[in-house]
Amino acid sequence: MKVETTTVLAHATYGGDYRCLELEAPGIAPEVRPGQFVHIRLPAPADAILRRPFSVFRADGDRLQILYKAVGRGTAAMRHLQPGDGLSILGPLGNGFPAAAADALPVLVAGGYGMAALYLQARTLPRRGIAFFGGAKAGDILCVPEFEALGWEVRATTQDGSRGERGLVTDALDAWLSGGGRDLRPEFFACGPNGMLRAVGGRAEAGGWTAWLSMDRHMGCGVGACLTCVQKIRDPDAPGGWSWVRICREGPVMECRTVVWEGDE
Amino acid sequence: MTATPDLAVRIGSLTLRNPVMVASGTFGYGPEYADLVDLASLGAIVVKGIRAEPTTGNPTPRTVETASGLINAIGLPGPGVDGFVRDYLPFLRRHDVPVIVNIWGRTVEEYGDVARRLGAVDGVHALEINVSCPNIKEGSKAFGTNLESFRRVVDLVRASTRLPVIPKLAPNVADIASFARAAEECGSDAVSLINSIPAMAVDIETRRPKLGNITGGLSGPAIHPVAVKLVWEAARAVKIPVIAMGGIRDAADAIEFIIVGATAVAVGTANFVEPGTAPAVVEGIRSHLVRHGLPSVAALRGTVVA
Ligand SMILES: Cc1cc2nc3c(=O)[nH]c(=O)nc-3n(C[C@H](O)[C@H](O)[C@H](O)COP(=O)(O)OP(=O)(O)OC[C@H]3O[C@@H](n4cnc5c(N)ncnc54)[C@H](O)[C@@H]3O)c2cc1C
Ligand SMILES: Cc1cc2nc3c(=O)[nH]c(=O)nc-3n(C[C@H](O)[C@H](O)[C@H](O)COP(=O)(O)O)c2cc1C
Ligand code: FES
Repeated sequence: MKVETTTVLAHATYGGDYRCLELEAPGIAPEVRPGQFVHIRLPAPADAILRRPFSVFRADGDRLQILYKAVGRGTAAMRHLQPGDGLSILGPLGNGFPAAAADALPVLVAGGYGMAALYLQARTLPRRGIAFFGGAKAGDILCVPEFEALGWEVRATTQDGSRGERGLVTDALDAWLSGGGRDLRPEFFACGPNGMLRAVGGRAEAGGWTAWLSMDRHMGCGVGACLTCVQKIRDPDAPGGWSWVRICREGPVMECRTVVWEGDE
Repeated sequence: MTATPDLAVRIGSLTLRNPVMVASGTFGYGPEYADLVDLASLGAIVVKGIRAEPTTGNPTPRTVETASGLINAIGLPGPGVDGFVRDYLPFLRRHDVPVIVNIWGRTVEEYGDVARRLGAVDGVHALEINVSCPNIKEGSKAFGTNLESFRRVVDLVRASTRLPVIPKLAPNVADIASFARAAEECGSDAVSLINSIPAMAVDIETRRPKLGNITGGLSGPAIHPVAVKLVWEAARAVKIPVIAMGGIRDAADAIEFIIVGATAVAVGTANFVEPGTAPAVVEGIRSHLVRHGLPSVAALRGTVVA
């Protein structure tokens, strides 16, 4: 983990509402493991003081890429970054995905930036399984050629039916799960909105399978000091049967059976 | 002109190699930043607030960014005295840095109990008394804003330990000088200020508060000028050292505090933005002293022309 002033190498529209930011980060890029993230110091506006967390999409040699969508004032300001600009990043952060079980079929489930967050894991997994990508519309389905080039079968679902099946990503997943004909038990690796993660975790728990969920929490420090990003996990030894973990440090990847879901997330 | 100004400062019986600490709650217990900051470069580490028992803290969301600031309502989660001594103190003892433990309690007696227990272990160098956290529903807040309960807490902590004690003052009081003087009269070795300022933010679409705790405390650059004024008033009121914090981003902000009378400073929210802020502030103070031909940081203290 270090703070590094990187140089923007490229910055372009990627697909849908997403942009790809490529950074020269010789100190951090070679250290990145699948599922880890970096904490980016915004170049502007100066009154937005906190760093912003982004999953590493690709890391090759001294370079790393992130895919991001402008959702608020920080990401809006990032759109003005130009090749040659300096950008301070902190990382790599978080636990990342574990190695796959030897006797399981890896199943990827992604929504939103989750496709980017799962790419390195898809490249690293020893076995190629099946990937379910979901979004509201065609533009939300990212990285399909990249995953196919790695040998993954990708099934897309969109809520408006503009790409792949119409529906939710979990509809496609359910259809596949009930289809049978698998020699191996599935092992899930998922990243996306909390509602999607909860649904995937529910399927895994019901089937007695393992699901690794990369969770999204608001963050302050990114290193475990401020206790902003906490998530409840089951803890039989703690009073009330739960305790906190810091998603920036013990996460972002949690096994579904440990997570205590609350409210309507 | 001396090329290497003397940066050492004294807080009671404790000597710090430089006047720049990291503020409670913004640096964890030390290990969180150990990969990023040489702990031995810090004047002191002030660890996250500790009470007698383990505590879970507030519901999420716990922080929200505002213009040039951050509102937090973390709610002082922590491992309690025994958990701190077991899980973190061995790590801190291996590093060459003074450790100041920020303590709090739900009752006056609890403050005394925590002070007594922490005074009895090796590796704790001073206690900062948190009477001013804006995020605790029970007593704590009144301890910081009511002069009488403030005195009771400080008196009891003073009587419970021989470690240097540093009451941390709340900014939301009518007369900061009276709290600083009360701290001095109760035998405190220093005062620190400011804690975060009570604050609130609301989502205008959902009309819900942006924090799980509804209200919280504002920190970061937004509060710096408020802190400068309060530090100036406190420093004029007492002879004991004043440790200043509130929105320090760089050496200039820290130097401003020293000029209005601070003996030492603490970097808080800026640690989240740039983990290397505290060491950079030390270097910036050093070069400022050299540039102005000053032999020591003490020579700059309280030199405001006002
Ligand atoms: C581990 C992790 C990995 C992420 N990876 C990616 C990625 O690869 N691509 C991508 O586009 N986005 C990613 N995000 C979400 C991204 O961090 C937010 O979109 C971004 O912080 C929004 O900042 P803003 O200033 O534009 O939004 P604002 O709403 O103006 O931000 C206000 C505050 O809320 C926080 N915030 C807002 N939305 C989110 C969110 N969804 N998650 C966490 N914090 C949020 C901001 O960090 C900031 O502190 C990731 C989040 C996490 C926690
Ligand atoms: C996330 C967070 C947690 C904090 N926790 C504590 C705490 O446990 N005890 C305490 O006395 N002050 C706590 N504070 C207050 C800081 O120590 C400091 O007084 C305040 O943030 C002002 O300094 P700054 O503007 O440099 O952050 C906390 C502040 C933040 C931002
Ligand atoms: S973001 Fe600060 S503890 Fe996780």
